[in-house]
Amino acid sequence: MPHQDAAFNLARWLLRSRADAEDVTQDALVRAFRFMAGFHGTDARTWLLQIVRNACYSWLEKNRRADLTTEFDETVHLQAQGQATQTPEAAAVASNERERLMRALESLPARSREVLVLRELEGCSYKEIATITSIPIGTVMSTLSRGRDGLKRLLRPAGGADAGGKEVHRDV
Amino acid sequence: MQAGKRCTVTCEISQALLHGYLDGELDPIRAEEFERHLESCSPCIAQLEEQESLRATLRAAKLYERAPAGLAKKIQRQIANTETESDYQWTWVPIFRWIAASAVIVLLMAITYFGAQRILSGKPGVEQTAMMSEVIDAHVRSLQPGHLTDVLSTDQHTVKPWFNGKLDYVPPVKDLAENGFPLLGGRLDVLDGRSVAVLVYGRRKHYISVFVWPAAPNDSPIPATGTRNGFQWNYSRAHGMEFCAISDVSATDLHDLAELLQE
Repeated sequence: MPHQDAAFNLARWLLRSRADAEDVTQDALVRAFRFMAGFHGTDARTWLLQIVRNACYSWLEKNRRADLTTEFDETVHLQAQGQATQTPEAAAVASNERERLMRALESLPARSREVLVLRELEGCSYKEIATITSIPIGTVMSTLSRGRDGLKRLLRPAGGADAGGKEVHRDV
Repeated sequence: MQAGKRCTVTCEISQALLHGYLDGELDPIRAEEFERHLESCSPCIAQLEEQESLRATLRAAKLYERAPAGLAKKIQRQIANTETESDYQWTWVPIFRWIAASAVIVLLMAITYFGAQRILSGKPGVEQTAMMSEVIDAHVRSLQPGHLTDVLSTDQHTVKPWFNGKLDYVPPVKDLAENGFPLLGGRLDVLDGRSVAVLVYGRRKHYISVFVWPAAPNDSPIPATGTRNGFQWNYSRAHGMEFCAISDVSATDLHDLAELLQE
């Protein structure tokens, strides 16, 4: 199945779970295959990602509504970190840079997360992202900007005050 | 801070452009504009550098997660079972199944039929169709005014030498006027990519084209007799030659002519 890695990766980050991502990707790709006749475009990846993305949102709406309404919220991130530091080995894992990035990315709101994943991990152009997520290109850029700023803030080592200062400076 | 304040308006625009620039999505004019701004704005340079390092961090973390190894197989299996499993298509399933089953039966019958034909004629059916089409086309074309004969003569001693030098074989030419098949002339035609002799006979008001070429070592793809688009043909072999007579006359007439030619 072509582009199944791309499909799975997007689903995994939107659903924040490998197991759920596998189920949703499987269903979406089977559905895509069945409707392959309806695809007349040239970019199969964009078309497939669009289907998978919509499948993820339907799944979230049904199973985890809160995920869609959660606006950028650091408590998710802090909570996640709090859980992770409960045991010594988890703490060791949390100190791992990759783990830290994963948690940061996962605590972003779904809309920012998907755009970031499509841009940074999948290497999609703004136009492709706009097609996949059904948002205007201008919004793609501003969403990316918000998502990256959010990530930066989350990754700054214990510098809440500093981040706040920067934020003020930028708004001036 | 001072510098930041002085170019606040530009910086605001740059904030919007920064990500487009970072992602290589700005048009050349905008990109150049942004680069010019960068030259005079250290906060924006710092911003860009920060974003670039964030990107590098993301890349280094290798966050891309590939599909589990078994996913492709699961998908294939589900696609294979999709008709039986899916519930909202259940009404269609039996119909599709019947159609599929009938299609398979028709296909098998076709394979058996054409396969048998192929074995009997020793050559693929496609070739047979192609060659017979050529014969029919050539005959139809010859019926257009001025195309019937290249050499117009009822004399076999005129027609036979006419082929000399035009073909690498000598076709047997007989005038069969006594038997009701007057020789009208001859012409050259192309069949299966090579020149062949065509003898034109008359039968009452009809014309008969007899294609003659040296017999190939293997069996011919053309069936002995047949009809297509109202034309009959009669194929035979004799004296190291292959004959294919085609006309709109009756099959019996063609058969008689074929027998006479083979004598």
